[in-house]
Amino acid sequence: MDVAATAEAVARASYGKLVAFLAARTRDVAAAEDALAEAFAAALAEWPAKGIPRAPEAWLLTVARRKLIDAARRRQTGVEAEPTLVLIADELVDAADGDAPIPDERLRLMFACAHPAIDAGVRAPLMLQAVLGFDAAAIGSAFLVAPATMGQRLVRAKARIRDAGIPFRVPEAHELAERLDAVLEAIYAVFTEGWADPAGTQPSSRNLAEEGIWLGRLIATLLPEAPEALGLLALMLHADARRHARRSAAGEFVPLAAQDPARWDRALIDEAEALLLRASAMRAPGRFQLEAAVQSAHAARRLTGKTDWSAIVQLYDALLAITGSVVVAINRAVAIAETRGAAAGLAELEPLADDARLAQYQPYWAARAALLARAGNAAAAAAAYQRAIGLESDPALRAFLQRELLHLHDVRGSTR
Amino acid sequence: MQVLLLMYQDEKAMQKLPREEYGKLHGAFMAYVDALKKARALVGNHGLRPTSEARTVGKDAVLDGPFAETKEQLAGYFLLEVPDMEAALGWAKRHPSAPYGAVEVRPVWT
Repeated sequence: MDVAATAEAVARASYGKLVAFLAARTRDVAAAEDALAEAFAAALAEWPAKGIPRAPEAWLLTVARRKLIDAARRRQTGVEAEPTLVLIADELVDAADGDAPIPDERLRLMFACAHPAIDAGVRAPLMLQAVLGFDAAAIGSAFLVAPATMGQRLVRAKARIRDAGIPFRVPEAHELAERLDAVLEAIYAVFTEGWADPAGTQPSSRNLAEEGIWLGRLIATLLPEAPEALGLLALMLHADARRHARRSAAGEFVPLAAQDPARWDRALIDEAEALLLRASAMRAPGRFQLEAAVQSAHAARRLTGKTDWSAIVQLYDALLAITGSVVVAINRAVAIAETRGAAAGLAELEPLADDARLAQYQPYWAARAALLARAGNAAAAAAAYQRAIGLESDPALRAFLQRELLHLHDVRGSTR
Repeated sequence: MQVLLLMYQDEKAMQKLPREEYGKLHGAFMAYVDALKKARALVGNHGLRPTSEARTVGKDAVLDGPFAETKEQLAGYFLLEVPDMEAALGWAKRHPSAPYGAVEVRPVWT
């Protein structure tokens, strides 16, 4: 392996670990990132000539530590800064010198990134940057925010961690579940940003689905006794198992019901099922386990040839009770239409119509259109399809909705 | 705030679009305008005729063609009223012609 590839591999595996280790002691994520960036630059300059060090992580940590202390000295001249600097330096020397592995403190870093004092919208971007080293431009383009704006948000969030005394620690048992939810939600947000673009027309967002799974694997490894962490990973793996089946050879969108189960990834499904089984044995159901269970019910079609919709309705009932989310309510209405008919599904959608947030939410209009079409109300279905088409940003999904709209006209024309 | 969405695309390539695809694009356009109106976000929009019909007036001459000869040309605009830049980017991403070129988002002086 050449030096650049090794450096990249080390960066990938170690970046978050080193940021976490440095920042946990200074609570200064930005300074840790800067120091580490300089260390990686130094590695790329020195390793080709001198060879890759025996312990690349420790090498990087030693250089980053030096940069961190230099930077701190430049910033705060004065006697009062010295004791902290010495403390940091000693601790870091101990860690970098020994052959003992550098302690993995990424879990603490993730809890700091998803702390309640950090704006919910910036938690996922912050995690991408601090744990994986993404730059603001890449994160901004994935989350559809201008790079400069995203940069400012990240800077503000890191300043808050430093100045508001946000601790780098794993919360106590009594608050762990709630705080973990915020971490898992941020990871899921990373995944769903990438999931919206399965064709991979935008390399930045396709990677996000993978990065979300990577973070999910990390937290499931660090917290193997947390059923919701396992549930989240199971949910993402189930969804990812269907990635290739979601598009035809011609690049057209294929809805779940029309997908060929043979194109689903069996290894991913098996892994997800095993995780879900482990999680359910802990007898503490939660949002992510329930969502994974819905996916699991869909995946069962590859074995049974049909979908158990009444089981899915029950799972959505439980999910709705926990989350009260309109998104869940929409999915539940669609499932109810499968068990009790389109009219029953529409009746479930009706009370949501007043929710202002849905005015620009494409899946609501697409679901409504499909149910109206099935109920035989072609005119109302056409209007809803029209709305969904205007709100969709994925060209493949837009083309699918247009085909459905056209098909609606065919059906209407033939019944006349 | 008001923003102007400027659609840039290769007009020669657009003229060569297969009839069916052009029909789909047109349909998507209608739906997009409709969605903007329902969201009360649309101030106004127009498509522009080909750059071959453009004339450019400079300091001391009138020239045939657009101001700048570029690979992609200005094909139309949407003037939107939106709460913030993020909402503007959301609408720009939904723009049916975005996959055919680019949509520039420009805040308007007010």
